[in-house]
Amino acid sequence: MEMLLNPLVLLVNFILIPGLAYGSQLALGALGVTMVYAVLNFSNFSHGEIMSFGAMVTILATYWLQSIGLSISPLPTALLALPLGILGSISLCLLLDRLVFRFYRQQRAGSVTYLIVSIGVMFVIGGLIRFIIGPDDRNFNDGDRFLLKAREFKEMSGLSEGLAIKSSQAITVITAFIVVAAIFWFLNRTRTGKSMRAYADNQDLALLSGINPDRVVRITWVITAGLAAVAGTLYGLDKSYKPLVYLHLVLPIFAAAIVGGVGNPLGAIVGGFVIAFSELLLTFAYKKVAAYLFGEGFFGDGLLQILSTDYKFAVSFMILVVVLLVKPTGIFSGKSL
Amino acid sequence: MNRPSENALARQHIFNLPADWPAHRRNLVLACIMALMLSFVGFVQSWNLAFSLLNMCLISAIMSLGVNIQWGYAGLFNAGVMGFAALGGLAAVLVSMDPVPAAWAAGGGGIGLGLVIGFVTICINIYLWKRARSNGKKRYWLIGLVVVVGYSLMRLAIDPSVAAIEAVDPAMTGYLGGLGLPIVLSWLFGGLFAAAAAWVVGRIALGLRSDYLAIATLGISEIILYVLKFEDWLTRGVKNVNGLPRPVPYEVDLQEAAWLQEIITQFNLSIIEASSLLVKLCYAGLFLIVLLTIIWLSESALRGPWGRMMRAIRDNEVAANAMGKNVTSRHLQVFILGSAVIGIAGAMLVTLDGQFTPTSYQPLRFTFLIWVMVIVGGSGNNWGAVLGGFVVWFFWIEAEPIGLWLITLLTSGMEPAHWLRLHLIENAAHTRLITMGLVLLLTLRFAPRGLIPEVKR
Repeated sequence: MEMLLNPLVLLVNFILIPGLAYGSQLALGALGVTMVYAVLNFSNFSHGEIMSFGAMVTILATYWLQSIGLSISPLPTALLALPLGILGSISLCLLLDRLVFRFYRQQRAGSVTYLIVSIGVMFVIGGLIRFIIGPDDRNFNDGDRFLLKAREFKEMSGLSEGLAIKSSQAITVITAFIVVAAIFWFLNRTRTGKSMRAYADNQDLALLSGINPDRVVRITWVITAGLAAVAGTLYGLDKSYKPLVYLHLVLPIFAAAIVGGVGNPLGAIVGGFVIAFSELLLTFAYKKVAAYLFGEGFFGDGLLQILSTDYKFAVSFMILVVVLLVKPTGIFSGKSL
Repeated sequence: MNRPSENALARQHIFNLPADWPAHRRNLVLACIMALMLSFVGFVQSWNLAFSLLNMCLISAIMSLGVNIQWGYAGLFNAGVMGFAALGGLAAVLVSMDPVPAAWAAGGGGIGLGLVIGFVTICINIYLWKRARSNGKKRYWLIGLVVVVGYSLMRLAIDPSVAAIEAVDPAMTGYLGGLGLPIVLSWLFGGLFAAAAAWVVGRIALGLRSDYLAIATLGISEIILYVLKFEDWLTRGVKNVNGLPRPVPYEVDLQEAAWLQEIITQFNLSIIEASSLLVKLCYAGLFLIVLLTIIWLSESALRGPWGRMMRAIRDNEVAANAMGKNVTSRHLQVFILGSAVIGIAGAMLVTLDGQFTPTSYQPLRFTFLIWVMVIVGGSGNNWGAVLGGFVVWFFWIEAEPIGLWLITLLTSGMEPAHWLRLHLIENAAHTRLITMGLVLLLTLRFAPRGLIPEVKR
């Protein structure tokens, strides 16, 4: 029995738990990208920076809360500061829409024009963030580090492999679940959500049936910004906050959105987990697992790693390319292709 | 500017000036302003800085010409500029560095065998993909099986050799080295490398709609970068390759030359400054030759039937297709040509730096900044792309001192040690990102055709 349990614990510890956390972060990000794509019809390259901006406001608010001595220990103070971060990124997005994107919407600009505009926006927000908080690494997680420590698990179960759950991972998965459930309830059950879906489906028809386009666009930005702030903060809590990282996070997020099918919210979530788990599965060294199952040295002394860990990020791009080649509409056929 | 006025025609008659003289005059004024800005840097900061700016401006201009060929002529959004530039840099290493015989002996055969296995796997896959079209879902499983088997065999062949190569004097070499040829040749090879990669990328991605093409190329360029960063046997990875040979003389040798001694006594310069200026001038001359050749080639292509066809395809694909033009293969062609130009610029950049540092390739600097150059300069106009390369690179570098100067000026009323003032001064370097973003957004909004708009022919 232990021969099977040990490798199982190993896989859960190194693949299932980190994959769930990372997948939730990607899914939240991809959900935002997909919403903008469905309603406003463009690929928003500045989404990573919006996430970063939300996380930055959260961090600044966290510092402020810490300075006045407020804390919700053992949970990180950042959770208390998160609403402020969400507000910050919502105001940023509404301002951006008013100053930048609205003009092109009225011009009925093509999707590439939007894309270039969003690159400009990415530059400006990225610069602002570095200007305000600087380019350095920041760790703002002041809560308990672990929900379950590897040593405690070993003592409890008597197995030789440990199982550790970081509290930030648990917080990520739970928060993501709540947020996603709320979004789906909103899209499927409320009148506003339904009007948004109608608008995304067919703009002209939606306009004819009396849906106010400005309101739909505003609400889309509010939701996207909220999702971005939550995703950015959770990623920062889990790994640590560094402005440059969010620029590189855009690609896995787009990969997740496209793999699931752009414009499809359910697809974005599935895509996030597909990307996260394939990154981990392809770069995990299966040496120890094989040792438990088949005995030491059964496959020689190789690490039994499909790809070296260096290529972790590259996996998502490879999946992206393969999906674009084989099924450009994604798993759940996205809209407008 | 579209149609010469009567006045302009009369002038053309008298002075034999080109018909679109007013547009030319405006371009000349813009070019003069750019030259003035560079010499201003020379007078205020230093001539050394002005000439290194000029060299980087020339390289940026070539890169933005490459993007302009793809975007301005054909409307293809290539967000993988970084990858092609890095491949050009790789060419500089592989052409100019001396080979490492010990490393070749240790693992050259294994690497060669592995690459052959990889190539054969890809060929089998393509063959299967085409043959097994009628087999439905089975096709995917078949391909998957071939990939798994081929990849495992390749890894079995390569892994021990890689370890052996990287163990050969890791502090100095630890890679296969290059061919030991003159580095100027690598500019040609940089173009070829990038063209070959562009062929593959184009075959994969050109069928996609425009913003998907952007995302796919962005992803592919990241994959290229990951390979360059982590395949130490090829590029030394993050250990960098230093001391690439130069196409121009070294400062130390120049300082001993008698004729230079004479010149400096005439111009009242220090010997160190004079030699480094001279080296930079040599580089500038070489770069200028490349730039002018590429402009001449692309201008004549653009004026000829080929250019007319490209514009027709860009403006209305369906109509061009109906006229019997093969849109897909034209797109592939123009994608390869543009990428080759970017690859040439990438090789030139590494030549100028004298070292290959894979970690220095960031999408912000190598992809998106080049895009700003093209848009600001004027997409579809080669001279616009060149001017854009100059202007944007100039401000990318000079935004920092200007920003610092502005901040110091604005906060001069505050007390010197005020936290806000210190914070602002410390982060002044980041004004360049904001400036670039604002320049891009303002151009798109108020002058979407750029500084030198495309000429209607």
